[in-house]
Amino acid sequence: MTALSLRDVRKNFGATEIIRGVTLDIQPGERHCIIGPNGAGKTTLFNLISGRFPITSGEISLNNTRIDQQPPHLINRAGLSRSFQITSIFQRLSVFENLRCALLWSMGYRYSFWSALWRQKALNEKAEFLLEDLNLASRRDIPAGLLSYAEQRALEIGMTIAGGASVILLDEPTAGMSNTETDYAMALIRRVTQGKTLLMVEHDMKVVFDLADTITVLVYGQVIASGPPETVRSSRAVQEAYLGALEE
Amino acid sequence: MEIFVISLLNGLVYGMLLFMLASGLTLIFSMMGVLNFAHASIYMIGAYLAFQVSRVVGFFPALIIAPLLCGAIGAAIEIWGLRKVHHNGHIAELLFTFGLVFIVQRGVQMTWGMLPMPYRVPALLDFPLFQIYGANFPAYRAFMLLISGGMLLSTWLLLKKTRVGLIIQAALTHPNMVSALGHNVPMVFTTVFAGGCLLAGLAGVIGGNYQTTEPGMAEAMGPIVFVVVVFGGLGSLAGCFIASILMGMIQTFAVVIDYSVADLLRPLGLALKADNLLMEVLTVPIARIGALLPFAMMILILLFRPRGLMGTRDT
Amino acid sequence: MTRSGNGARWIWVFAVALALAVPWAFHNFQTGRDSGFVLSMLSQMGMMVILSLSYNMLLGQAGLFSLCHATFFGIGGYATVHFLNAAGAGSLPLPMEVIPLLSGLTGLGLALIFGYMATKQRATAFAMITMGIGELMATAALMFHSFFGGEGGVTTNRMIDHSLFGLTYASGMQVYYLILVWTLICAGSMYFLTQTPLGRMANATRDNYERAQFMGYDPRVVRFLQFSLSGLFAGVGGGLYAITYEIVTFDALAAPLSANALLMAYIGGTTVFGGPILGAVLITLLQSGVSLLSNSWLVYVGVLFISMVMFAPAGLSGLIIAHGPIAAAGRLRRLTVPYLRLVVPFLALVLGFVGLVELMSFLTIGAAQGKKLVLFGSAINIEATQPWLISVVCLLGGGAWLRWEARAFHRVWESLTADLKQRDRV
Repeated sequence: MTALSLRDVRKNFGATEIIRGVTLDIQPGERHCIIGPNGAGKTTLFNLISGRFPITSGEISLNNTRIDQQPPHLINRAGLSRSFQITSIFQRLSVFENLRCALLWSMGYRYSFWSALWRQKALNEKAEFLLEDLNLASRRDIPAGLLSYAEQRALEIGMTIAGGASVILLDEPTAGMSNTETDYAMALIRRVTQGKTLLMVEHDMKVVFDLADTITVLVYGQVIASGPPETVRSSRAVQEAYLGALEE
Repeated sequence: MEIFVISLLNGLVYGMLLFMLASGLTLIFSMMGVLNFAHASIYMIGAYLAFQVSRVVGFFPALIIAPLLCGAIGAAIEIWGLRKVHHNGHIAELLFTFGLVFIVQRGVQMTWGMLPMPYRVPALLDFPLFQIYGANFPAYRAFMLLISGGMLLSTWLLLKKTRVGLIIQAALTHPNMVSALGHNVPMVFTTVFAGGCLLAGLAGVIGGNYQTTEPGMAEAMGPIVFVVVVFGGLGSLAGCFIASILMGMIQTFAVVIDYSVADLLRPLGLALKADNLLMEVLTVPIARIGALLPFAMMILILLFRPRGLMGTRDT
Repeated sequence: MTRSGNGARWIWVFAVALALAVPWAFHNFQTGRDSGFVLSMLSQMGMMVILSLSYNMLLGQAGLFSLCHATFFGIGGYATVHFLNAAGAGSLPLPMEVIPLLSGLTGLGLALIFGYMATKQRATAFAMITMGIGELMATAALMFHSFFGGEGGVTTNRMIDHSLFGLTYASGMQVYYLILVWTLICAGSMYFLTQTPLGRMANATRDNYERAQFMGYDPRVVRFLQFSLSGLFAGVGGGLYAITYEIVTFDALAAPLSANALLMAYIGGTTVFGGPILGAVLITLLQSGVSLLSNSWLVYVGVLFISMVMFAPAGLSGLIIAHGPIAAAGRLRRLTVPYLRLVVPFLALVLGFVGLVELMSFLTIGAAQGKKLVLFGSAINIEATQPWLISVVCLLGGGAWLRWEARAFHRVWESLTADLKQRDRV
């Protein structure tokens, strides 16, 4: 049983092939990082997995069920949740409402227009708990668009995990953060993704080698190496294609 | 047969008029992402200005002056209006042009009154050009075709041969890329908006005496032009052209088809009486629902081909 | 949109009390007569409140710019005429009080069909489809006589002699209270909807379509349901329209009414639940008040609308709410003088503008109707230079002065809000 499996996934934009046959298996509970130079197709790969773009060919399965032809909301319901490289939250809703929205579907409210939100005790308690957990309790009623950048990123991570998805995709969660903020965000990610499968795109090598069980190196839409950090670090191909270039 | 040929010519004239309006609207939308609700209002202003100017200097100078004035009005709207609401998002821009419709509508009534203007075809062009099957084809309609055809050609040359044209063309399909390349200069926006308004004004000049110059003309024209733009596919001038001609044809041909669905069913032995809503829908002759057809067609095409006939972009 | 605080609750209570009491303020107790003008204006307000609130379910709450809202209002109205006729003939055994519900269901039915089509699209294309739907229905209404009655519309008689409370609805007063009750029911339900998962997700899809998708929701379904429910309420409004006027024509579903719904909601403010109510009351007042004095009210509304779009996108209610933090800090008094300084130039600007508009319109439209411009009991010669000159000076002078004062006001405002932020941090 794999949590997420990609079989020869390809994606063309017009005549250019951006993803050129990616095959990956991610085990349940694994912390998997994808690294690679700019333009390698990391974000595109995320967009394919989460259903934002259709794939050109290949297969993607989540917990052994095909998801590659599904729209994003069905993929999410099947247990996959993602964050975005550019912060994606509900700007005009309060921080609390953002989290509550993220909880709604998983708690079975569907499209209900007959249940009053203020009376849903379990829902509200869970949202308050998340608020505390994300250290945003003091910002509870502020419109999310007015939060600081780091706070918005934290909120987005919270919204991503709130629905209880078993597979979490994070797209550069620490991009644009200072060192302290990065440390804080990584601690948060570790804490809230306990027991979940994590797939993450990241540029910060320190973060990657600290966190990951497995690292996959993507270059020009192809996987050139995949394995435990030590193996990847010592792989000649990777050093030539990527790490070497970074150290220069 | 004679009805067919006459309708074909009339449809072409009307279609080209639509295209003059619709092409400006498409250019503005493609460049700025704003669907200019006030476009038909500019068309109306064009007609009124042409009337006013032609009283002083005659029709042919007015043919140049009135569109230029409309272009200037367009530039003013862009600089002092649209640009200020731009940061509030597209809905705000849409609402802004929507509000303009009211003001222009009433402003025109205040300046020129409620009655139709005696804006006539110039005497020089007021003769039948030729006869087909006993029916006259007025020279003015041929002149309209000439003007709109010339406009089509010059717009095309402008887009293909000049630098601004190249930028605009690129913006039609890749708006973000163009601004990323540093071409997001407000100058281009103003130029395009003014250019679109100029075209609308020109359409007003030649359409004002083809139809009637009265305060209701914007209201009558506006929805049809939107239908054309959406039907043809936002961002596609070629689609816009096809849609214009098609709508022109539909509007003129529908008037002469005196059949209904019930007439089709009659040979099958079904006789329908118009005594409730459904039966009435089936028995009404096409000639009477001509006004309905464009809207029904637009809804249908958006349902099955969301990008319109030849659209390159999601709307 | 959190639950209203205590102060806000009192505003609601006050508004309801006012709505209950106003007709009696214009009641002549000696003759026992009601003021027909006031009653019909109040009734109109009720319907417009429903219309603009239900419109805001789309524009403000779901970020959908619809141009066919009057379609559902109108269809509710037309259907109600037929319901009333059936009830009058005895073939529909329902009391008057329940009939608006049927009107609403008619609106809902049509909104289900059109909503399914329109919500397949987003943003501009959505606006365009709804425009197409609106035009389609308006054209159809003129074309099909059996249901819509063509140009003349369809008529009915509201005295169907069947009421839960034994009322005849012969008097405008009874009709007004029927409208008031239904307006309260609708406003209450629409407020409730904003506090449900669907209402919240409608806000969410407005702010960020994609994010909502990646949380398990299909934004199209959210919008479809929101659209349909808004059609339900608009239908109720249309039903009340039919009951009040006993005639429904093409005007009840044509584009100008859709535009009116938009104007009312936007001017009142789309970001707060109560905003559209404020807008509906204000615009109806303007419409019935100003249109008596001047036939240019459309220009005033248009200019008001555009100024809102440019300078106060959150509408009137948004402007009021912006004062909230300052009032809470007890600093509102520091704004008194700056506000007073705005009054004179603002009035000059308005006076100049109104003067010009009226002079213009009397020169053309008024002259055609043989009317004369009369101000304070004396006729004004619109051909003379003087009134024109005064208006232009007022307009330009007032405008320049207002700009100057507005800058000063802005500075005070900024320093106040900066102070408040400072205090928050400490």
